[in-house]
Amino acid sequence: MRRLGPIALCFHALFVAFILAPLLMVVAVSFTDKGYLSLPTDGLSLRWFRAILDNPDFIDAFWVSVWLALVSATIAVIIAVPASLAIARKKFPGREVIAAFLLSPLMIPHLVLGVAFLQFYSKIGLGGSFYGLLAAHVILITPYALRLALASATGLPREAEDAALTLGASRFTVFRRITLPLILPGVAGGWLLSFITSFDELTMSVFVASPATQTLPVRMYHHITQTIDPLIASVSTVLIVLTFGVMLILDRFYGLDKIFVGKG
Amino acid sequence: MSAKALDKTPFLMTAPGVIFFIMLLGVPMLMTFLLSLHSYDFTTGIQPDWTISNYIEVLGDPYFHKIFGRTFGLALLVTVICVLIGVPEAYVLAHLPNPWRSVFLLVVLGPLLISVVVRTLGWALFFGGKGVLTMIASGLGFGEEPVSLMFTFTGMTIALVHVLVPFMVISVWASLQKIDPQSEDAALTLGASKLTVLYRITLPQVMPGILSGSIIVFALTASAFATPAIIGGRRMKVVATAAYDEYLSTLNWPLGAAIAVILLVVNIVIIVSYNKLVERRFAKVFE
Repeated sequence: MRRLGPIALCFHALFVAFILAPLLMVVAVSFTDKGYLSLPTDGLSLRWFRAILDNPDFIDAFWVSVWLALVSATIAVIIAVPASLAIARKKFPGREVIAAFLLSPLMIPHLVLGVAFLQFYSKIGLGGSFYGLLAAHVILITPYALRLALASATGLPREAEDAALTLGASRFTVFRRITLPLILPGVAGGWLLSFITSFDELTMSVFVASPATQTLPVRMYHHITQTIDPLIASVSTVLIVLTFGVMLILDRFYGLDKIFVGKG
Repeated sequence: MSAKALDKTPFLMTAPGVIFFIMLLGVPMLMTFLLSLHSYDFTTGIQPDWTISNYIEVLGDPYFHKIFGRTFGLALLVTVICVLIGVPEAYVLAHLPNPWRSVFLLVVLGPLLISVVVRTLGWALFFGGKGVLTMIASGLGFGEEPVSLMFTFTGMTIALVHVLVPFMVISVWASLQKIDPQSEDAALTLGASKLTVLYRITLPQVMPGILSGSIIVFALTASAFATPAIIGGRRMKVVATAAYDEYLSTLNWPLGAAIAVILLVVNIVIIVSYNKLVERRFAKVFE
Protein backbone atom coordinates (compact mmCIF):
# COMPACT_ATOMS: atom_id res chain seq x y z
CA MET A 1 0.00 0.00 0.00
CA ARG A 2 1.58 3.23 -1.16
CA ARG A 3 1.10 6.23 1.15
CA LEU A 4 -0.90 9.18 -0.06
CA GLY A 5 0.78 12.57 -0.19
CA PRO A 6 -0.62 15.76 1.37
CA ILE A 7 -1.86 17.00 -2.02
CA ALA A 8 -3.89 13.83 -2.51
CA LEU A 9 -5.40 14.14 0.96
CA CYS A 10 -6.25 17.83 0.40
CA PHE A 11 -7.94 16.94 -2.87
CA HIS A 12 -9.84 14.17 -1.11
CA ALA A 13 -11.05 16.57 1.61
CA LEU A 14 -12.27 19.07 -1.01
CA PHE A 15 -14.01 16.32 -2.94
CA VAL A 16 -15.82 15.03 0.14
CA ALA A 17 -16.81 18.60 1.05
CA PHE A 18 -18.22 19.06 -2.47
CA ILE A 19 -20.24 15.85 -2.16
CA LEU A 20 -21.62 16.64 1.29
CA ALA A 21 -22.12 20.44 0.97
CA PRO A 22 -25.56 20.51 -0.70
CA LEU A 23 -26.90 17.81 1.63
CA LEU A 24 -25.66 19.60 4.74
CA MET A 25 -27.12 22.80 3.31
CA VAL A 26 -30.57 21.21 3.07
CA VAL A 27 -30.34 19.88 6.63
CA ALA A 28 -29.14 23.24 8.00
CA VAL A 29 -31.91 25.25 6.34
CA SER A 30 -34.58 22.85 7.60
CA PHE A 31 -33.76 23.82 11.21
CA THR A 32 -34.32 27.53 10.69
CA ASP A 33 -36.70 29.34 13.04
CA LYS A 34 -37.56 31.97 10.42
CA GLY A 35 -40.55 31.94 8.12
CA TYR A 36 -38.33 32.19 5.06
CA LEU A 37 -35.21 30.51 3.65
CA SER A 38 -32.25 31.18 5.91
CA LEU A 39 -29.56 29.44 7.88
CA PRO A 40 -30.38 28.97 11.58
CA THR A 41 -28.05 31.67 12.93
CA ASP A 42 -29.88 32.43 16.18
CA GLY A 43 -31.37 29.22 17.45
CA LEU A 44 -32.56 25.93 16.05
CA SER A 45 -36.22 25.24 15.57
CA LEU A 46 -38.32 22.24 14.67
CA ARG A 47 -41.20 24.37 13.37
CA TRP A 48 -40.67 23.27 9.77
CA PHE A 49 -40.74 19.61 10.78
CA ARG A 50 -44.05 20.22 12.56
CA ALA A 51 -45.19 21.99 9.40
CA ILE A 52 -44.87 18.70 7.48
CA LEU A 53 -47.68 17.31 9.64
CA ASP A 54 -49.91 20.21 8.58
CA ASN A 55 -49.31 19.37 4.91
CA PRO A 56 -51.07 16.06 4.40
CA ASP A 57 -50.28 16.09 0.67
CA PHE A 58 -46.61 15.37 1.42
CA ILE A 59 -47.58 12.59 3.81
CA ASP A 60 -50.03 11.11 1.30
CA ALA A 61 -47.36 11.29 -1.40
CA PHE A 62 -44.90 9.57 0.94
CA TRP A 63 -47.29 6.64 1.45
CA VAL A 64 -47.99 6.42 -2.29
CA SER A 65 -44.24 6.15 -2.85
CA VAL A 66 -43.70 3.57 -0.12
CA TRP A 67 -46.58 1.40 -1.28
CA LEU A 68 -45.57 1.74 -4.93
CA ALA A 69 -41.94 0.86 -4.20
CA LEU A 70 -42.90 -2.14 -1.99
CA VAL A 71 -45.25 -3.68 -4.54
CA SER A 72 -43.21 -2.91 -7.66
CA ALA A 73 -39.93 -4.17 -6.13
CA THR A 74 -41.68 -7.38 -5.08
CA ILE A 75 -43.17 -7.95 -8.55
CA ALA A 76 -39.79 -7.17 -10.13
CA VAL A 77 -38.10 -9.82 -7.98
CA ILE A 78 -40.83 -12.37 -8.76
CA ILE A 79 -40.18 -11.77 -12.48
CA ALA A 80 -36.40 -11.63 -12.12
CA VAL A 81 -35.68 -14.76 -10.03
CA PRO A 82 -36.97 -17.46 -12.42
CA ALA A 83 -35.69 -15.50 -15.41
CA SER A 84 -32.23 -15.20 -13.88
CA LEU A 85 -32.07 -18.93 -13.09
CA ALA A 86 -33.06 -19.79 -16.67
CA ILE A 87 -30.62 -17.30 -18.21
CA ALA A 88 -27.70 -18.13 -15.92
CA ARG A 89 -27.99 -21.92 -15.84
CA LYS A 90 -29.63 -23.14 -19.03
CA LYS A 91 -28.71 -22.97 -22.69
CA PHE A 92 -31.65 -22.26 -24.98
CA PRO A 93 -32.18 -20.51 -28.28
CA GLY A 94 -32.90 -16.82 -27.84
CA ARG A 95 -31.29 -16.75 -24.41
CA GLU A 96 -29.18 -13.67 -25.10
CA VAL A 97 -32.01 -11.83 -26.84
CA ILE A 98 -34.32 -12.42 -23.87
CA ALA A 99 -31.64 -11.26 -21.41
CA ALA A 100 -30.98 -8.11 -23.46
CA PHE A 101 -34.72 -7.43 -23.73
CA LEU A 102 -35.29 -7.72 -19.97
CA LEU A 103 -32.29 -5.46 -19.30
CA SER A 104 -33.18 -2.95 -22.05
CA PRO A 105 -34.93 -0.35 -19.83
CA LEU A 106 -31.44 0.50 -18.50
CA MET A 107 -30.60 1.95 -21.92
CA ILE A 108 -33.79 3.96 -22.34
CA PRO A 109 -33.85 7.49 -20.89
CA HIS A 110 -36.55 7.77 -18.21
CA LEU A 111 -38.02 10.68 -20.14
CA VAL A 112 -38.65 8.42 -23.14
CA LEU A 113 -40.30 5.79 -20.93
CA GLY A 114 -42.41 8.57 -19.38
CA VAL A 115 -43.79 9.90 -22.67
CA ALA A 116 -44.35 6.35 -23.97
CA PHE A 117 -46.42 5.44 -20.89
CA LEU A 118 -48.27 8.76 -20.95
CA GLN A 119 -49.54 8.10 -24.46
CA PHE A 120 -50.14 4.37 -23.93
CA TYR A 121 -52.16 4.81 -20.74
CA SER A 122 -54.25 7.65 -22.12
CA LYS A 123 -55.10 5.37 -25.10
CA ILE A 124 -56.13 2.38 -22.99
CA GLY A 125 -57.83 4.44 -20.28
CA LEU A 126 -55.32 3.80 -17.48
CA GLY A 127 -54.19 7.44 -17.45
CA GLY A 128 -53.26 8.64 -13.97
CA SER A 129 -54.18 5.36 -12.28
CA PHE A 130 -52.08 3.72 -9.58
CA TYR A 131 -51.92 0.47 -11.57
CA GLY A 132 -50.47 2.29 -14.57
CA LEU A 133 -47.82 3.85 -12.36
CA LEU A 134 -47.13 0.46 -10.79
CA ALA A 135 -46.65 -1.31 -14.14
CA ALA A 136 -44.35 1.48 -15.35
CA HIS A 137 -42.21 1.16 -12.21
CA VAL A 138 -42.00 -2.63 -12.58
CA ILE A 139 -40.63 -2.17 -16.13
CA LEU A 140 -38.14 0.40 -14.87
CA ILE A 141 -36.74 -1.59 -11.94
CA THR A 142 -36.85 -5.20 -13.16
CA PRO A 143 -33.39 -4.82 -14.78
CA TYR A 144 -31.86 -3.90 -11.41
CA ALA A 145 -33.41 -6.93 -9.70
CA LEU A 146 -32.46 -9.14 -12.64
CA ARG A 147 -28.85 -8.00 -12.74
CA LEU A 148 -28.19 -8.75 -9.08
CA ALA A 149 -30.08 -12.06 -9.28
CA LEU A 150 -28.05 -13.01 -12.37
CA ALA A 151 -24.82 -12.20 -10.57
CA SER A 152 -25.69 -14.65 -7.76
CA ALA A 153 -27.15 -17.35 -10.01
CA THR A 154 -24.14 -17.45 -12.36
CA GLY A 155 -21.70 -20.14 -11.36
CA LEU A 156 -23.95 -21.55 -8.66
CA PRO A 157 -22.82 -25.14 -7.88
CA ARG A 158 -25.37 -27.82 -8.79
CA GLU A 159 -24.16 -30.61 -6.52
CA ALA A 160 -26.38 -29.81 -3.55
CA GLU A 161 -29.47 -29.58 -5.74
CA ASP A 162 -28.65 -32.84 -7.52
CA ALA A 163 -28.13 -34.57 -4.19
CA ALA A 164 -31.50 -33.34 -2.88
CA LEU A 165 -33.26 -34.45 -6.07
CA THR A 166 -31.63 -37.89 -5.84
CA LEU A 167 -32.74 -38.17 -2.22
CA GLY A 168 -36.32 -37.66 -3.34
CA ALA A 169 -37.00 -33.98 -2.76
CA SER A 170 -39.57 -32.40 -5.07
CA ARG A 171 -38.48 -29.72 -7.53
CA PHE A 172 -40.22 -27.06 -5.46
CA THR A 173 -38.62 -28.21 -2.22
CA VAL A 174 -35.20 -28.07 -3.88
CA PHE A 175 -35.89 -24.51 -5.01
CA ARG A 176 -37.21 -23.41 -1.64
CA ARG A 177 -34.68 -25.17 0.58
CA ILE A 178 -31.50 -25.03 -1.53
CA THR A 179 -31.53 -22.78 -4.60
CA LEU A 180 -33.29 -19.80 -3.06
CA PRO A 181 -31.10 -19.63 0.09
CA LEU A 182 -28.02 -19.76 -2.16
CA ILE A 183 -29.08 -16.77 -4.26
CA LEU A 184 -30.78 -14.93 -1.40
CA PRO A 185 -28.12 -12.20 -0.89
CA GLY A 186 -28.42 -11.18 -4.54
CA VAL A 187 -32.21 -11.37 -4.48
CA ALA A 188 -32.48 -9.32 -1.29
CA GLY A 189 -29.95 -6.76 -2.52
CA GLY A 190 -31.83 -6.57 -5.81
CA TRP A 191 -35.14 -6.04 -4.01
CA LEU A 192 -33.72 -3.22 -1.90
CA LEU A 193 -32.03 -1.52 -4.86
CA SER A 194 -35.29 -1.83 -6.84
CA PHE A 195 -37.20 -0.39 -3.90
CA ILE A 196 -34.93 2.65 -3.69
CA THR A 197 -34.86 3.17 -7.45
CA SER A 198 -38.65 3.14 -7.54
CA PHE A 199 -38.93 5.34 -4.46
CA ASP A 200 -36.58 8.00 -5.91
CA GLU A 201 -37.82 7.96 -9.50
CA LEU A 202 -38.97 11.33 -10.79
CA THR A 203 -38.57 11.77 -14.54
CA MET A 204 -40.81 8.93 -15.69
CA SER A 205 -43.34 9.31 -12.87
CA VAL A 206 -43.86 13.01 -13.56
CA PHE A 207 -45.54 11.99 -16.84
CA VAL A 208 -47.53 9.07 -15.46
CA ALA A 209 -48.71 10.29 -12.04
CA SER A 210 -51.98 12.19 -11.63
CA PRO A 211 -52.63 14.56 -8.70
CA ALA A 212 -54.24 11.62 -6.88
CA THR A 213 -51.26 9.30 -7.43
CA GLN A 214 -48.40 11.74 -6.96
CA THR A 215 -45.29 10.10 -5.59
CA LEU A 216 -43.14 11.98 -3.10
CA PRO A 217 -40.45 13.04 -5.63
CA VAL A 218 -43.16 14.26 -8.03
CA ARG A 219 -44.91 16.17 -5.23
CA MET A 220 -41.57 17.71 -4.19
CA TYR A 221 -40.67 18.58 -7.77
CA HIS A 222 -43.96 20.45 -8.31
CA HIS A 223 -43.48 22.23 -4.99
CA ILE A 224 -39.93 23.32 -5.88
CA THR A 225 -40.93 24.65 -9.30
CA GLN A 226 -43.53 26.83 -7.52
CA THR A 227 -41.56 27.90 -4.47
CA ILE A 228 -38.44 26.92 -2.53
CA ASP A 229 -39.18 27.28 1.18
CA PRO A 230 -37.95 25.76 4.48
CA LEU A 231 -40.81 23.22 4.32
CA ILE A 232 -39.29 21.48 1.29
CA ALA A 233 -35.94 21.47 3.12
CA SER A 234 -37.43 19.74 6.16
CA VAL A 235 -39.18 17.13 3.97
CA SER A 236 -35.83 16.55 2.23
CA THR A 237 -34.05 16.20 5.56
CA VAL A 238 -36.44 13.46 6.62
CA LEU A 239 -35.72 11.71 3.30
CA ILE A 240 -31.96 12.05 3.73
CA VAL A 241 -32.13 10.46 7.18
CA LEU A 242 -34.36 7.60 5.98
CA THR A 243 -32.16 6.96 2.94
CA PHE A 244 -29.08 6.91 5.14
CA GLY A 245 -30.65 4.14 7.21
CA VAL A 246 -31.48 2.08 4.12
CA MET A 247 -27.98 2.69 2.79
CA LEU A 248 -26.38 1.21 5.90
CA ILE A 249 -28.56 -1.89 5.59
CA LEU A 250 -27.74 -2.24 1.89
CA ASP A 251 -24.02 -1.88 2.58
CA ARG A 252 -24.15 -4.59 5.28
CA PHE A 253 -26.06 -6.91 3.01
CA TYR A 254 -24.23 -6.61 -0.20
CA GLY A 255 -21.58 -3.86 -0.39
CA LEU A 256 -22.53 -0.55 -1.99
CA ASP A 257 -19.67 -0.70 -4.49
CA LYS A 258 -20.87 -4.02 -5.93
CA ILE A 259 -24.39 -2.70 -6.41
CA PHE A 260 -23.43 0.34 -8.43
CA VAL A 261 -20.83 -1.12 -10.76
CA GLY A 262 -22.18 -0.69 -14.26
CA LYS A 263 -25.41 0.94 -13.19
CA GLY A 264 -26.89 3.31 -15.74
CA MET B 1 -33.40 -34.42 -17.91
CA SER B 2 -32.70 -35.78 -21.37
CA ALA B 3 -32.18 -33.49 -24.33
CA LYS B 4 -35.42 -34.32 -26.09
CA ALA B 5 -36.77 -32.04 -28.80
CA LEU B 6 -36.55 -28.78 -26.86
CA ASP B 7 -36.60 -28.11 -23.15
CA LYS B 8 -39.52 -25.78 -22.50
CA THR B 9 -38.63 -24.86 -18.89
CA PRO B 10 -36.33 -21.90 -19.65
CA PHE B 11 -39.05 -20.35 -21.78
CA LEU B 12 -41.65 -20.86 -19.05
CA MET B 13 -39.27 -19.33 -16.51
CA THR B 14 -38.64 -16.22 -18.58
CA ALA B 15 -42.20 -15.99 -19.92
CA PRO B 16 -43.69 -13.75 -17.18
CA GLY B 17 -41.04 -11.12 -17.77
CA VAL B 18 -41.05 -11.40 -21.55
CA ILE B 19 -44.84 -11.19 -21.90
CA PHE B 20 -45.06 -8.31 -19.43
CA PHE B 21 -42.26 -6.46 -21.22
CA ILE B 22 -43.77 -6.96 -24.70
CA MET B 23 -47.14 -5.62 -23.57
CA LEU B 24 -45.94 -2.77 -21.38
CA LEU B 25 -42.61 -1.80 -22.93
CA GLY B 26 -42.69 -2.96 -26.56
CA VAL B 27 -46.19 -1.66 -27.31
CA PRO B 28 -45.81 1.80 -25.69
CA MET B 29 -42.41 2.35 -27.33
CA LEU B 30 -43.78 1.37 -30.73
CA MET B 31 -46.78 3.67 -30.22
CA THR B 32 -44.48 6.58 -29.40
CA PHE B 33 -42.52 5.96 -32.56
CA LEU B 34 -45.71 5.83 -34.64
CA LEU B 35 -47.01 8.98 -32.93
CA SER B 36 -43.86 10.85 -33.97
CA LEU B 37 -44.84 10.17 -37.61
CA HIS B 38 -48.12 12.10 -37.35
CA SER B 39 -48.47 15.83 -37.80
CA TYR B 40 -50.19 18.09 -35.30
CA ASP B 41 -52.66 20.91 -35.75
CA PHE B 42 -53.20 23.38 -32.93
CA THR B 43 -56.97 23.46 -33.44
CA THR B 44 -57.82 19.91 -34.48
CA GLY B 45 -55.04 18.01 -32.70
CA ILE B 46 -53.17 14.94 -33.94
CA GLN B 47 -53.68 14.30 -37.67
CA PRO B 48 -54.14 10.82 -39.15
CA ASP B 49 -51.45 11.37 -41.81
CA TRP B 50 -47.97 9.83 -42.05
CA THR B 51 -45.08 12.26 -42.30
CA ILE B 52 -41.55 12.87 -41.16
CA SER B 53 -42.23 16.59 -40.78
CA ASN B 54 -41.64 16.46 -37.00
CA TYR B 55 -38.13 15.12 -37.53
CA ILE B 56 -37.49 17.75 -40.21
CA GLU B 57 -38.69 20.42 -37.79
CA VAL B 58 -36.54 19.21 -34.88
CA LEU B 59 -33.44 18.69 -37.03
CA GLY B 60 -33.90 21.89 -39.05
CA ASP B 61 -35.15 24.50 -36.58
CA PRO B 62 -32.45 26.77 -35.03
CA TYR B 63 -34.48 26.75 -31.79
CA PHE B 64 -34.00 23.00 -31.46
CA HIS B 65 -30.40 23.21 -32.70
CA LYS B 66 -29.71 25.46 -29.76
CA ILE B 67 -31.37 23.09 -27.30
CA PHE B 68 -29.62 19.98 -28.66
CA GLY B 69 -26.32 21.88 -28.84
CA ARG B 70 -26.70 23.03 -25.24
CA THR B 71 -27.62 19.52 -24.06
CA PHE B 72 -24.68 17.77 -25.68
CA GLY B 73 -22.30 20.61 -24.77
CA LEU B 74 -23.46 20.23 -21.17
CA ALA B 75 -23.06 16.45 -21.32
CA LEU B 76 -19.53 16.78 -22.69
CA LEU B 77 -18.49 19.39 -20.11
CA VAL B 78 -19.97 17.43 -17.20
CA THR B 79 -18.24 14.26 -18.42
CA VAL B 80 -14.85 16.00 -18.70
CA ILE B 81 -15.15 17.49 -15.20
CA CYS B 82 -16.25 14.12 -13.79
CA VAL B 83 -13.15 12.49 -15.31
CA LEU B 84 -10.89 15.24 -13.94
CA ILE B 85 -12.15 14.99 -10.36
CA GLY B 86 -13.66 11.48 -10.25
CA VAL B 87 -10.58 9.55 -11.42
CA PRO B 88 -8.17 11.04 -8.83
CA GLU B 89 -10.80 10.54 -6.12
CA ALA B 90 -11.20 6.87 -7.02
CA TYR B 91 -7.42 6.51 -6.87
CA VAL B 92 -7.28 8.18 -3.44
CA LEU B 93 -10.14 5.99 -2.17
CA ALA B 94 -8.40 2.83 -3.33
CA HIS B 95 -5.24 3.83 -1.47
CA LEU B 96 -6.81 4.88 1.83
CA PRO B 97 -6.19 2.58 4.82
CA ASN B 98 -9.14 0.39 5.57
CA PRO B 99 -11.55 1.85 8.09
CA TRP B 100 -11.41 5.14 6.19
CA ARG B 101 -11.78 3.53 2.82
CA SER B 102 -15.14 1.95 3.69
CA VAL B 103 -16.37 5.13 5.36
CA PHE B 104 -15.53 7.39 2.44
CA LEU B 105 -16.75 4.91 -0.13
CA LEU B 106 -20.09 5.15 1.66
CA VAL B 107 -19.90 8.95 1.73
CA VAL B 108 -19.13 9.17 -2.00
CA LEU B 109 -21.60 6.53 -3.19
CA GLY B 110 -24.36 7.10 -0.65
CA PRO B 111 -25.76 10.22 -2.36
CA LEU B 112 -26.68 8.05 -5.36
CA LEU B 113 -29.43 6.61 -3.19
CA ILE B 114 -30.80 10.01 -2.21
CA SER B 115 -33.43 11.42 -4.54
CA VAL B 116 -32.05 13.67 -7.28
CA VAL B 117 -34.70 16.21 -6.27
CA VAL B 118 -33.18 16.50 -2.80
CA ARG B 119 -29.61 16.80 -4.11
CA THR B 120 -30.61 19.43 -6.63
CA LEU B 121 -32.52 21.33 -3.96
CA GLY B 122 -29.27 21.62 -2.01
CA TRP B 123 -27.65 23.39 -4.96
CA ALA B 124 -30.70 25.57 -5.52
CA LEU B 125 -30.28 26.75 -1.91
CA PHE B 126 -26.65 27.61 -2.66
CA PHE B 127 -27.39 29.30 -5.96
CA GLY B 128 -30.55 31.28 -5.20
CA GLY B 129 -30.53 35.09 -5.18
CA LYS B 130 -30.60 35.33 -1.37
CA GLY B 131 -28.59 32.13 -0.99
CA VAL B 132 -25.26 31.31 0.56
CA LEU B 133 -23.31 32.32 -2.53
CA THR B 134 -24.47 35.90 -2.03
CA MET B 135 -23.57 35.75 1.65
CA ILE B 136 -20.07 34.46 0.85
CA ALA B 137 -19.58 37.09 -1.85
CA SER B 138 -20.60 39.95 0.43
CA GLY B 139 -18.54 38.48 3.27
CA LEU B 140 -15.47 38.54 1.01
CA GLY B 141 -16.22 42.17 0.18
CA PHE B 142 -17.64 41.74 -3.29
CA GLY B 143 -20.54 44.03 -2.44
CA GLU B 144 -24.13 43.36 -1.51
CA GLU B 145 -25.35 42.55 -5.00
CA PRO B 146 -27.01 39.14 -5.10
CA VAL B 147 -24.90 36.52 -6.87
CA SER B 148 -27.11 33.92 -8.49
CA LEU B 149 -26.24 30.83 -10.45
CA MET B 150 -29.91 29.86 -10.78
CA PHE B 151 -31.01 29.58 -14.40
CA THR B 152 -27.39 29.55 -15.62
CA PHE B 153 -25.34 27.02 -17.55
CA THR B 154 -22.64 27.12 -14.86
CA GLY B 155 -25.18 26.30 -12.16
CA MET B 156 -26.53 23.33 -14.13
CA THR B 157 -22.99 22.07 -14.74
CA ILE B 158 -22.00 22.18 -11.06
CA ALA B 159 -25.19 20.48 -9.90
CA LEU B 160 -25.00 17.76 -12.57
CA VAL B 161 -21.33 17.03 -11.79
CA HIS B 162 -22.36 16.56 -8.17
CA VAL B 163 -25.25 14.28 -9.09
CA LEU B 164 -23.25 12.10 -11.51
CA VAL B 165 -19.61 12.05 -10.33
CA PRO B 166 -20.24 9.02 -8.05
CA PHE B 167 -20.83 6.93 -11.19
CA MET B 168 -17.36 7.89 -12.43
CA VAL B 169 -15.76 7.13 -9.06
CA ILE B 170 -17.38 3.71 -8.77
CA SER B 171 -16.56 2.75 -12.32
CA VAL B 172 -12.85 3.65 -11.96
CA TRP B 173 -12.81 2.10 -8.48
CA ALA B 174 -14.03 -1.19 -9.95
CA SER B 175 -11.20 -1.31 -12.49
CA LEU B 176 -8.62 -0.27 -9.87
CA GLN B 177 -9.71 -3.32 -7.85
CA LYS B 178 -8.71 -5.59 -10.76
CA ILE B 179 -5.15 -4.25 -11.01
CA ASP B 180 -2.44 -6.52 -9.76
CA PRO B 181 -0.47 -4.33 -7.30
CA GLN B 182 2.65 -6.30 -8.21
CA SER B 183 2.75 -4.66 -11.64
CA GLU B 184 3.15 -1.27 -9.95
CA ASP B 185 5.70 -2.65 -7.49
CA ALA B 186 7.67 -4.19 -10.32
CA ALA B 187 7.89 -0.87 -12.16
CA LEU B 188 8.99 0.92 -8.96
CA THR B 189 11.65 -1.72 -8.28
CA LEU B 190 12.94 -1.33 -11.81
CA GLY B 191 13.52 2.36 -11.09
CA ALA B 192 10.45 4.09 -12.52
CA SER B 193 9.40 7.27 -10.73
CA LYS B 194 6.01 7.38 -9.00
CA LEU B 195 4.66 9.63 -11.74
CA THR B 196 5.85 7.28 -14.46
CA VAL B 197 4.14 4.37 -12.73
CA LEU B 198 0.91 6.37 -12.58
CA TYR B 199 1.00 7.24 -16.28
CA ARG B 200 2.51 4.11 -17.77
CA ILE B 201 1.17 1.36 -15.50
CA THR B 202 -1.92 2.43 -13.55
CA LEU B 203 -3.68 4.76 -15.98
CA PRO B 204 -3.70 2.39 -18.98
CA GLN B 205 -5.17 -0.33 -16.79
CA VAL B 206 -8.04 1.82 -15.50
CA MET B 207 -8.81 3.22 -18.95
CA PRO B 208 -11.79 0.87 -19.46
CA GLY B 209 -13.22 2.10 -16.14
CA ILE B 210 -12.76 5.73 -17.14
CA LEU B 211 -14.44 5.07 -20.49
CA SER B 212 -17.39 3.21 -19.04
CA GLY B 213 -17.81 5.88 -16.36
CA SER B 214 -17.72 8.54 -19.08
CA ILE B 215 -20.39 6.85 -21.13
CA ILE B 216 -22.68 6.50 -18.11
CA VAL B 217 -22.18 10.14 -17.13
CA PHE B 218 -22.59 11.39 -20.70
CA ALA B 219 -25.78 9.39 -21.33
CA LEU B 220 -27.33 10.35 -18.00
CA THR B 221 -26.50 14.05 -18.48
CA ALA B 222 -27.87 14.08 -22.02
CA SER B 223 -31.21 12.75 -20.78
CA ALA B 224 -31.23 14.43 -17.34
CA PHE B 225 -34.51 16.08 -16.43
CA ALA B 226 -34.81 16.99 -12.73
CA THR B 227 -31.62 19.00 -12.31
CA PRO B 228 -31.92 21.06 -15.54
CA ALA B 229 -35.62 21.63 -14.81
CA ILE B 230 -34.97 22.97 -11.29
CA ILE B 231 -31.64 24.80 -11.84
CA GLY B 232 -32.00 25.69 -15.53
CA GLY B 233 -35.72 26.36 -15.57
CA ARG B 234 -37.45 27.69 -18.66
CA ARG B 235 -34.54 29.95 -19.52
CA MET B 236 -32.02 27.13 -19.96
CA LYS B 237 -33.96 24.41 -21.72
CA VAL B 238 -32.33 21.07 -22.51
CA VAL B 239 -33.71 18.21 -24.60
CA ALA B 240 -35.54 16.55 -21.70
CA THR B 241 -37.19 19.74 -20.45
CA ALA B 242 -38.08 20.75 -24.02
CA ALA B 243 -39.81 17.40 -24.58
CA TYR B 244 -41.60 17.81 -21.24
CA ASP B 245 -42.92 21.20 -22.35
CA GLU B 246 -44.08 19.85 -25.72
CA TYR B 247 -46.04 17.14 -23.93
CA LEU B 248 -47.46 18.96 -20.94
CA SER B 249 -47.61 22.66 -21.94
CA THR B 250 -47.81 22.98 -25.72
CA LEU B 251 -49.55 19.59 -25.98
CA ASN B 252 -47.84 18.95 -29.33
CA TRP B 253 -47.35 15.25 -28.57
CA PRO B 254 -46.12 14.19 -32.01
CA LEU B 255 -43.31 16.75 -31.89
CA GLY B 256 -42.47 15.71 -28.32
CA ALA B 257 -42.43 12.07 -29.46
CA ALA B 258 -39.97 12.95 -32.25
CA ILE B 259 -37.66 14.62 -29.69
CA ALA B 260 -37.92 11.55 -27.46
CA VAL B 261 -37.14 9.16 -30.34
CA ILE B 262 -34.07 11.23 -31.34
CA LEU B 263 -32.87 11.27 -27.73
CA LEU B 264 -33.31 7.49 -27.51
CA VAL B 265 -31.50 6.83 -30.79
CA VAL B 266 -28.56 9.07 -29.85
CA ASN B 267 -28.37 7.36 -26.45
CA ILE B 268 -28.33 3.85 -27.94
CA VAL B 269 -25.83 4.78 -30.68
CA ILE B 270 -23.43 6.17 -28.06
CA ILE B 271 -23.74 3.15 -25.77
CA VAL B 272 -23.43 0.56 -28.54
CA SER B 273 -20.51 2.24 -30.32
CA TYR B 274 -18.77 2.58 -26.97
CA ASN B 275 -19.20 -1.13 -26.29
CA LYS B 276 -17.76 -1.96 -29.72
CA LEU B 277 -14.80 0.33 -29.07
CA VAL B 278 -14.05 -1.23 -25.72
CA GLU B 279 -14.33 -4.77 -27.03
CA ARG B 280 -11.84 -4.01 -29.77
CA ARG B 281 -9.30 -1.84 -27.99
CA PHE B 282 -9.32 -3.26 -24.52
CA ALA B 283 -9.98 -6.93 -25.15
CA LYS B 284 -6.73 -7.81 -23.41
CA VAL B 285 -7.49 -5.84 -20.26
CA PHE B 286 -10.74 -7.71 -19.72
CA GLU B 287 -9.08 -11.14 -19.86
